[in-house]
Amino acid sequence: MMGVRTILGQWRSTAKEVWDRTLIVAKFLCVLHVTNTYICTPTLVYGPSMLPTLNLTGDVILAERISTRLGKVGPGDIVLVRSPENPRKTVSKRVMGMEGDRVTFLVDPKKSDRCRTIVGDNVYASRDSRHFGPVPCGLIQAKVFFRIWPPEGFGSLRQGE
Amino acid sequence: MGNASFLWNAMTKSITDDYVLVEKFCLANYKFTDGDVIVFRSPNNHKEKHIKRIIAMPGDWIKVPHSYDMLKIPEGHCWVEGDNSASSLDSRSFGPVPLGLVQGRVTHIVWPPQRVGQVRRSIPEGRFSL
Repeated sequence: MMGVRTILGQWRSTAKEVWDRTLIVAKFLCVLHVTNTYICTPTLVYGPSMLPTLNLTGDVILAERISTRLGKVGPGDIVLVRSPENPRKTVSKRVMGMEGDRVTFLVDPKKSDRCRTIVGDNVYASRDSRHFGPVPCGLIQAKVFFRIWPPEGFGSLRQGE
Repeated sequence: MGNASFLWNAMTKSITDDYVLVEKFCLANYKFTDGDVIVFRSPNNHKEKHIKRIIAMPGDWIKVPHSYDMLKIPEGHCWVEGDNSASSLDSRSFGPVPLGLVQGRVTHIVWPPQRVGQVRRSIPEGRFSL
């Protein structure tokens, strides 16, 4: 009967449209996930340990994961590190130079390239390599290079800034 | 879930290439127990991965082999050892491993067919932790 055929045809075209749109959303989410996990990710960082570079109440920063995958993380970089004391926590600290440390350690930091010594900019309120020693490179998750919020702080966070 | 192929001579008596199934749901909470077989990035080289068994969890005391020391596992770390302790590069060489380096838990062997099966939690004989 003509009525049933038309209804069936319309249902089919609607179903196809739903499927196409779902596919577009799924592809978008996949691209977003891959970018976040392997290329670059925005993160909210908060806490006093990186004052005055990063604010106490929270900054949204961009962190890239390509340098860390290649191992190209050097002194002066701000990095996101999975805490060696609690793997569910990710902290942001600055990688210390191998020579000429401005902070005195009780034990000499190992000068091997498998470990990085990380220190917060605010040495009075930071739990870092002075407490738990150098961290393996495998714990370094991303390198911070840009701040996007708050607007007053919008800009690059390169070495030494 | 992810597949991983590893040279598993630290875990088996013979040198074979086994394909194993590694589950990553455990990384949501980092909930592991003694006896789990885990995949982790090497503390010495972040590009290498190892498969070993967890012997002790944070806060446990463990007897360091071939010595009279007892070592307390620091917070956030675990002690790993290979089942084939004679030829195994594990915590006896590089110390406790931070749990943040763990990439997943091995649940099954999927290849070769004669070794297909579940990988069970078990504590090796004679290694106890308080």
